[in-house]
Amino acid sequence: MASLTIENVKKQFGTVEVLKDISIDIAHGEFLVLVGPSGCGKSTLLNLIAGLETISSGTIKIGDRDVTSIAPKDRDIAMVFQSYALYPNMNVRKNISFGLETRKIPKPQIEQQVTKVAAMLQIESLLDRKPAQLSGGQRQRVAMGRALARDPSIFLFDEPLSNLDAKLRVEMRAEIKMLHQKVGTTIVYVTHDQIEAMTLADRIAIMKDGVLEQFGMPREIYNNPASMFVAGFIGSPSMNFISGEIIEHDGELQFPLDAQNGERCHMPLKDLCVNPHTLAKRTVVLGIRPEQISAFSSTDQGNSSVYKLTCPVQITEPTGPDTLVFVQINNQKTTCRIHPDKAVLPGESMALGFDLSKAILFDPKTEKRIH
Amino acid sequence: MGNYSLSQGNHKSVAMIFFRTAIYVILIITAIYFLIPLLIMIFTSLKSMDDIRTGNLISLPREISFDAWKSAWDSSCIGVTCEGIKGYFWNSMKITVPAVLISTFIGAANGYVFSKWKFRGSEVLFSILLLGCFIPFQIILLPMAKMLGTIGLAQTIQGLILVHIIYGLAFTTLFFRNFYVTIPQDLVNAAKIDGAGFFRIFFKIMLPVSIPIFVVCIIWQTTQIWNDFLFGVVFSSGETQPVTVALNNLVNTSTGVKKYNVDMAAAIIAALPTLAVYIIAGKYFLRGLTAGSVKG
Repeated sequence: MASLTIENVKKQFGTVEVLKDISIDIAHGEFLVLVGPSGCGKSTLLNLIAGLETISSGTIKIGDRDVTSIAPKDRDIAMVFQSYALYPNMNVRKNISFGLETRKIPKPQIEQQVTKVAAMLQIESLLDRKPAQLSGGQRQRVAMGRALARDPSIFLFDEPLSNLDAKLRVEMRAEIKMLHQKVGTTIVYVTHDQIEAMTLADRIAIMKDGVLEQFGMPREIYNNPASMFVAGFIGSPSMNFISGEIIEHDGELQFPLDAQNGERCHMPLKDLCVNPHTLAKRTVVLGIRPEQISAFSSTDQGNSSVYKLTCPVQITEPTGPDTLVFVQINNQKTTCRIHPDKAVLPGESMALGFDLSKAILFDPKTEKRIH
Repeated sequence: MGNYSLSQGNHKSVAMIFFRTAIYVILIITAIYFLIPLLIMIFTSLKSMDDIRTGNLISLPREISFDAWKSAWDSSCIGVTCEGIKGYFWNSMKITVPAVLISTFIGAANGYVFSKWKFRGSEVLFSILLLGCFIPFQIILLPMAKMLGTIGLAQTIQGLILVHIIYGLAFTTLFFRNFYVTIPQDLVNAAKIDGAGFFRIFFKIMLPVSIPIFVVCIIWQTTQIWNDFLFGVVFSSGETQPVTVALNNLVNTSTGVKKYNVDMAAAIIAALPTLAVYIIAGKYFLRGLTAGSVKG
């Protein structure tokens, strides 16, 4: 168990820079999720932590130890691969004990460790089988068992659930979280699935094109995304981006919402950012999550942060717990998450309440947050 | 509906039986066509010289006699010595077994490096190595003879083994490299993280999954080396010649009458080991050659 410090890490393949100056720092026992679209460099970063690829510049420390140029086997890490990478010629028992045998750990201790891990993952009955005789979920367990048996200071997971079907994925996700709570080892976990990132992580690092876009706690990232990319990537359905030109109205700067049916409302800019006057006459993007737009109700009447706008509904998508309602605002498609009982039929109009308390502004050019 | 599908099934199976029969007939005819020369060899080797002179080529032996086999094995004359081909047969064994094993094993190690431990320039090196598959061996005869002379292995069995190992490496490396690229890199990475080094990964992870390609390689190399004539005739002489060269000399030894039955028996003896290897391991051969070409 140990903390992990990544300092100014860069990685180049030939002339292509796949990681640009990444710095991440997590404390002992934390669960770090590296998330981003494919090709963002998250797996490369994991391989650098594992030592499977050589670092171009920067340092990686596990605990107080600089491991930047240390071989994988001496880094005291264990890794679970996307393909599971079980040794096909060995049975489950051998797969789990291989790393221990390589490290010349005495036999009785190995046996004890295998038994313990098998019990923890409920794979005792599979110990004498070959990987080919196991189902996907069982292979996944064995792969985790192999990592657990070593009792390393850091676990590395490389998209471990992406080869499982949806139901099993949810189950295993919960199990990984339980496991982490039980053993308390530091974990670095790579995924492209933002739900996995949100549900598992203590810290999320969102990456795009080799750049660390934002690093923080899941709630912080959800509520205060630093850029349009982060805002759009985390959360499903993703955040609405409504662009509009700032106008002066009633003596103050306001962001207009136009429902395209004659209905308009104006949101005071001072509630959305710190320095409204710098934005005069500029076009900005309002970021508002679907759940912050709901059916306007009488209780919203007195709430000064909720603004009412009646919009014609274009499409509805009932998902069960909520109904997604699509409307046009400022001529842009906007998703609203409505209680199923309150949703109206397509073609009808509906009074929507826009909760500004968590809405944020972005610069359309830099796509960064305007504070 | 049950009846309908049943009658259709019958209709189908009649056509199927017809085509099946046709296929089998064609296959049997071609098989006979290709087997006839072998049969003639076997028949002739079992005939006496009188039988051969009076009968025709494809007639069955009037009485079966193994005298020709015995003579081919240990008493027929090759050049001036009359001890049959047995010595040369064992020469071939002494050349083939070590040459096959060593070239296959080095090929496995090479393939492992070229697929899983790539280094700067490894692809170029591999391409250069592959040239060995396309070099006509005639062009390297003189320099190789000179080299063998320099290192003192000219006209020896060890020299022939060395030549066969060197010229087998191109193919064995290609076989193993192409097999190992189909094995996921993650497997090697997992073993690296588990603490295994270059050799432990090779012996514990890679070799145990390589049996199909080993079989392919061993069959290929055995056939190549056992059947080799060119290197044998150039780089050995007298006592150290392989069986292929001895067979040629036996057939061309022009003292007295031409003993077709002995020639045939000697030829069959010379071909037996490769035949045996094919029969024992043949099914793995096809399986191994296509391994990796299809995912799964």
